[in-house]
Amino acid sequence: MIPKIPLSHWVDQFVEWLDTHISPLFDLIKATIGFTVDSFEWVLTMPPALVVILIFTALAYAAARTRVALFTLLGFLLVWNLGYWDVTMQTLALVLTAAIISIVLGVPLGILSASSNRIQSIVTPVLDFMQTMPAFVYLLPAVSFFSLGMVPGVVASVIFAIPPTIRLTNLGIRQVPKDLVEAADAFGSTPMQKLIKLEIPLAVPTIMAGINQTIMLSLSMVVISSMIGAQGVGVDVLRAVTQTEVGVGFEAGLAVVILAVVLDRVTQSLVQNKRSGSK
Amino acid sequence: MPIIEVKGLTKIFGPNPKRAIAMLAKGLSKDRIYQETKLTVGVNQASFTIEEGEIFVIMGLSGSGKSTLVRLLNRLIDPTDGQVLIQGKDIVKMSKEQLREVRRKQISMVFQKFALFPHRSVLENTEYGLEIQGIDKSERRKKAMDALELVGLKNWENSRPDQLSGGMQQRVGLARGLANDPDVLLMDEAFSALDPLIRKDMQDELLELQSRMKKTIVFITHDLDEALRIGDRIALMKDGAIVQIGTPEEIMTNPANEYVERFVEDVDLSKVLTASHVMKRPVTITPDKGPRVALQFMKEHGVSNVYVVDGARKLLGVVNAEDASQAVKEGKKLTDILIEDVPTVTADTFLHELFDQVSQAKVPLAVVDDSGRLSGIVIRGAVLAALAGSTDLEVGS
Ligand SMILES: Nc1ncnc2c1ncn2[C@@H]1O[C@H](COP(=O)(O)OP(=O)(O)OP(=O)(O)O)[C@@H](O)[C@H]1O
Ligand SMILES: [Mg+2]
Repeated sequence: MIPKIPLSHWVDQFVEWLDTHISPLFDLIKATIGFTVDSFEWVLTMPPALVVILIFTALAYAAARTRVALFTLLGFLLVWNLGYWDVTMQTLALVLTAAIISIVLGVPLGILSASSNRIQSIVTPVLDFMQTMPAFVYLLPAVSFFSLGMVPGVVASVIFAIPPTIRLTNLGIRQVPKDLVEAADAFGSTPMQKLIKLEIPLAVPTIMAGINQTIMLSLSMVVISSMIGAQGVGVDVLRAVTQTEVGVGFEAGLAVVILAVVLDRVTQSLVQNKRSGSK
Repeated sequence: MPIIEVKGLTKIFGPNPKRAIAMLAKGLSKDRIYQETKLTVGVNQASFTIEEGEIFVIMGLSGSGKSTLVRLLNRLIDPTDGQVLIQGKDIVKMSKEQLREVRRKQISMVFQKFALFPHRSVLENTEYGLEIQGIDKSERRKKAMDALELVGLKNWENSRPDQLSGGMQQRVGLARGLANDPDVLLMDEAFSALDPLIRKDMQDELLELQSRMKKTIVFITHDLDEALRIGDRIALMKDGAIVQIGTPEEIMTNPANEYVERFVEDVDLSKVLTASHVMKRPVTITPDKGPRVALQFMKEHGVSNVYVVDGARKLLGVVNAEDASQAVKEGKKLTDILIEDVPTVTADTFLHELFDQVSQAKVPLAVVDDSGRLSGIVIRGAVLAALAGSTDLEVGS
């Protein structure tokens, strides 16, 4: 009989190697992510809830239309009333951090894979792999590098949620009409000038659509993240599930849904504003 | 030194294209090479020179390689073989930086579908070439505004491209091409997307601009009328190769082969030939002579009119036989019977433009130069003969 290939052993060893050899880097990442999440959390939970709700309503009104603003107001008031305000804001802090990291890493990666077919042919299967792997699996390396808490939650969310940003940035840049790229070349643009003055501006609506999807995906990770100690409304959902408290589960789930709808509508209308702005 | 010199320029599309070069050199056809290697010949060993200040038209059917050829001139496409000398320097051998410099300063381009940047205003589009050179804002704005004024788009600088009509959009394209004051302007079917009337206007405007700015223009078209209208010289392409280069008249009157002949056969000659092609030598007389001499001249040459010119051949008028014999009887002078109202045209007037005049005038049209000197006359019969395709054209002095 052929002996089993010791794949799990290799992976364990690799993770261990990473842990011992580049742990200073992990410490730095941990500190940065931790600081970002804490800052968001502080900003969102320090002021009285009503003030934050009004600010969100104003932001929604500025970004989208009256209906979205109204939904934001009523939805967040309900969350507050049900007593889930602080945990929902913790979740929002996690999601925002994950989204920012995804943008900071994902947009340049997308640009890079748009710049060469070679890079694209490496990146695409990696992204496919990341998206088809069960999301739970990301918890393990996240925990082994960053122990428990918010930070591994953010890391797992980023791994799970970053692919759309990379894919759609890549797509957006590749979709810039060939004759415009040719015109930019014909006038003697450097590759960087072409990127900044032509390709990125034209790709912005597509990139924004990718960021929207990334935010939605990282929100869908909150319950899973709570299994490794990330705070937030996911904890309540998880508890409700394990203790079969249907009522609590419904309330906590509702808080997640309200947050999701607000984030989705607001980011989507940012896309639309960009689209009509570029007309 | 010619401004552009192209030597043995070849572009073959497909993997490993060099292997087809030897086949081209042996004279194998584009189809044959495709059958054997699956490589597409874009441009086949083109060689020509373009002189400073001329409008050089490249013409040919769809797929004949015009766009490829023009893109080889600024290396938007890298050639498989051959040289492109711009003011003596081979751009094929240049580094990326040197090439950018050439594109920024020496050659610019106008595109068939305009290729305006949709997220930039008309002004921002126009100044693009200057912006990427790092020229400061006030200076580049000024130059861009000048270019916009030149193409008649003053006051449109803050519009978005999609708020303009096709003709106006292409004016922006032209302004963008002119703003960095290049020596050479490449225009790939720049007017093909415009409707016919606008297209004519743009052609006229281009000629007008050209007469003021003296750029070298490489103009691609598949339309023979357009080529004849604006070209100083025309290169005809077939299957990537250049089959004939010449002035519009040379191409029309002396097609190099059957392909060119077919290309030119349904052309309206009246839009190609000018008064200078059909004019004849006039019978002239100076005003100090009498009517008797005038009659004698008419008899000698078998004509019924003589043209009266002064010592410098400046046209004064015409005298006809009837008036002259009357004057002989009544003892009048030549100046008494001079008809000063003679229809005149210039030598470069196209035949279709002098049609009405020649058919209504009672005397042949006088062809005069800018200072009014008589260089020839146009008779109705000669115009008709020329349009009937007679190549026996007598060119006046
Ligand atoms: N990128 C490319 N890859 C492969 N073949 C190409 C490519 N570009 C052009 N060709 C081929 O090269 C030949 C010349 O094409 P080109 O576009 O230069 O013709 P054209 O004279 O400009 O035609 P049109 O009037 O349709 O614009 C054609 O056979 C075309 O199919
Ligand atoms: Mg073409």
